Amino acid sequence: MSTEARKPPPQIALKIRRMLGGKAGWNGVAVQFAFAAILGWIGYEIVSNARANLENQHIAAGFGFLRNNAGFDVNQTLIPYTGSDTFLRVFVVGLLNTLVVSVVGIVFATVIGFIVALCRLSPNWLLSRVGEIYVEVIRNLPLLFQILFWYLAVLAALPNPRQSISLLGIAFLSNRGLVVPSPIGQSGLGPFLAMLALGVVASLALRFHARRALFQEGRMIRIWPYVVALLLGLPLATMLVFGLPFTFELPQLRGFNFAGGSRIIPEFVALTVALSTYTAAFIAEIVRAGILSVHKGQMEAGSSLGLSRGATLRLIVVPQAMRVIVPPLTNQYLNLTKNSSLAVAIGYPDLVSVFAGTSLSQTGQAIEIIAMTMGIYLLISLLTSAVMSVYGWRVSRSLGA
Amino acid sequence: MSDVISSSFVRRDLLAERPAPVKTTGFIGLMRTRLFNSPTNILLTILGALLLWFTIVPSVKFLMVDAIWSGRDRSACLVENAGFAVGACWPYIQAKLPQLIYGFYPEAERWRVNLTLLLAAVLLLPLLVPRLPAKSLNAGLFFAAFPVVAFFLLHGGGIKGFGLSWTAGLLQLFDESILGAGQALLSLSKTSAIAPLLWVVGSLVVLLGTAIQWLIFPLTWLRDYIQGTGQPVWADFAITAAIVCLIAFVLGGGVRTGGRALASSIGTFIATAIVIKLMDLDHGGLSIVATNLWGGLLVTLVVSVTGIVTSLPIGIALALGRRSTIPLIRIFSIAFIEFWRGVPLITVLFFATYMLPLFLPGNFTVDGLVRALIGIALFTGAYQAENVRGGLAAIPRGQSEAAAALGLSWWKTTSLIVLPQALRHVIPNLVNSFISLFKDTSLVSIVALFDLLGSLRASFSDPKWSTPSTAFTGFAFAGIIYFMFCFGMSRYSLFVEHRLNAHRRN
Repeated sequence: MSTEARKPPPQIALKIRRMLGGKAGWNGVAVQFAFAAILGWIGYEIVSNARANLENQHIAAGFGFLRNNAGFDVNQTLIPYTGSDTFLRVFVVGLLNTLVVSVVGIVFATVIGFIVALCRLSPNWLLSRVGEIYVEVIRNLPLLFQILFWYLAVLAALPNPRQSISLLGIAFLSNRGLVVPSPIGQSGLGPFLAMLALGVVASLALRFHARRALFQEGRMIRIWPYVVALLLGLPLATMLVFGLPFTFELPQLRGFNFAGGSRIIPEFVALTVALSTYTAAFIAEIVRAGILSVHKGQMEAGSSLGLSRGATLRLIVVPQAMRVIVPPLTNQYLNLTKNSSLAVAIGYPDLVSVFAGTSLSQTGQAIEIIAMTMGIYLLISLLTSAVMSVYGWRVSRSLGA
Repeated sequence: MSDVISSSFVRRDLLAERPAPVKTTGFIGLMRTRLFNSPTNILLTILGALLLWFTIVPSVKFLMVDAIWSGRDRSACLVENAGFAVGACWPYIQAKLPQLIYGFYPEAERWRVNLTLLLAAVLLLPLLVPRLPAKSLNAGLFFAAFPVVAFFLLHGGGIKGFGLSWTAGLLQLFDESILGAGQALLSLSKTSAIAPLLWVVGSLVVLLGTAIQWLIFPLTWLRDYIQGTGQPVWADFAITAAIVCLIAFVLGGGVRTGGRALASSIGTFIATAIVIKLMDLDHGGLSIVATNLWGGLLVTLVVSVTGIVTSLPIGIALALGRRSTIPLIRIFSIAFIEFWRGVPLITVLFFATYMLPLFLPGNFTVDGLVRALIGIALFTGAYQAENVRGGLAAIPRGQSEAAAALGLSWWKTTSLIVLPQALRHVIPNLVNSFISLFKDTSLVSIVALFDLLGSLRASFSDPKWSTPSTAFTGFAFAGIIYFMFCFGMSRYSLFVEHRLNAHRRN
């Protein structure tokens, strides 16, 4: 005669208590009530004080001001903007400027960071010392200090446009900024871009196919000649048929300034240089730690399987190192984006500078403007951390499998 | 057997000496193994040497060889007067040094700044050396007593009452706010659609306010009585001391074990009395120096030290809140931490400068420096919370279970068992946060406070010293100061980390 295992008692009251008050039970519920009362009281004080203060200063609360004319100019805009546009457009202009300086900074920071990390990991003693000095010096100086250094000392010390420093005769660096050739679209641009996109898509499909063949049937397919042909040959062929996609307009010195080409304002140059060199020092440390975190035995195991040094690095070391590198690297990208708000110190027209700075002082709508600015940064960082948690979940799943 | 013996061989002459192995230690060995062992490495060495040559040599030349060391104004640092390409213009730093360190702090009162810095150094250095004793007393002095003393030294001013008056005033404010909220609800109930509900809640709140008013009436009466006597500070001080000592005695365990608590609280009050007497706080104290006169390194240090001292308790509270099982507190802590970590510090400072004054009562103005300090404390507190949380997670569960088995309450488990171990684990991370806080203090120059960087920037616009090398000289000087502080802290954090991991080394 077998006895059925008795069902555990439902313990509904206990579960409810745990849900409402945590481990502390009813005490926890009481604490929550007290806490909620305090929060409510603080909230009430804030709202009532803010209302009274706004009434005294004759400021109408609300987002209606966004439709008013801004009435000031911005010296770098990615979308058409004039002084008679609205504050909402100022917001968009500032946000785009923040994003463009962040993206450019991220690209340069990654490149410099990986180079410095390789220097630090190099078996060459002198080169690793040079990398170490770079990291220590850059990391131990405030970012604002570095931004101001590049802007007030280095860029201000550059000659005026007439004696500007020529970079290979195509770009010119002076205290008015960097003048670079500007691309001008020609008739061949449309087919060129279409073929480029087609090449990218076809290459990705080819890679997908090759990986499937490798993992499911064990067949190695050599795809790189086809990829090269698709990515380089196809656009070149279209260029031969339809003509050049774009030509470059070279800047030329006329009088006291440059004509032609496009000018990158000195604030952008200073901010990009400072942000990318500063973040690069942190990225270098992350990359170095990631590569060092892969055990030496992995490299040895790879070579004992008969893989070449390059293949071991590519197939064994780098994928494992990337798992360690990617989360803090994303964090640094996020930091760079947030740090780009220091642009306000040198007057680069980013979100904080044109919106939380100029617009705020013109309208006095402190609560709305600062809430919007903080909200945008918060949104960016929450999105990034959401993406990162998906990545972390995938990595842990692939490790568990 | 004889066969074996006969075949034995005994060497009769010594082997020739083998050549010494290639030296791999020392400078020569280093050159052989790490610098010139292969063609690629030789190339890399040359590249590294070139890099160093093009950075170190010009810097040394600028800072030392071509530098101008004395002069009265900009003319000494001009190329036409010096006769060579001028490097650093050190007389400019000499002339601006007081401004870079004290800002516009009155010259006659600068001894107060020096004294504060000296006090800080005297209290901080023993705290950093692990071998020295009395860490808790030292930490208490540095984290609790020193900020108060430093405030009265730097800012000046005196006190009009003590603990009792402050408590009474605070409670009265709280009560008035509750009464105000009740009145507002009652007046709202005349027009609203849910009038009866609002009326009931409003009456309840007003009732609560009135009850509190009656409850605190003895306290407010006593305060008014004390303020009427000739020596309000000392009378208040005596009453507060008596009450606090009594409470400490009772909470410490009464006659059985309360002696220790009683002694320490009496000691604290005697020390406080001495400080009050020495600084003459009961008669107005030192002359007041408004914070808009502060500047330079002083502001940098004040902001960073205040940030360090205030962010740690905030961080600990938030970390404990985030690990708590009580839903509302956990959700609030998570939201609070993620909010402050998700926004840039500069928007926090804008928030503190432009938005915070709107949230406070109209008759209540907050000093610009204090506003920035509040913003920085909240911002850094959120980052410290994540550090502390890392430490809390590293403590094995068995520790708190053992404490619970001994019958310790949650508070005792946390404060006596878990937190001390957790904080010790994360000292390096905390120091690293302090480094970034120290660097971030430079941002206050954007909200019109003149810290070291702000003063430096302001000094560039002085026409008396405007030369081509002024900016570079100023940045070199400020850079050296920042680097010394940050590099020192990072070395200290490495040292502590090394010490904490002593058991893992072999």
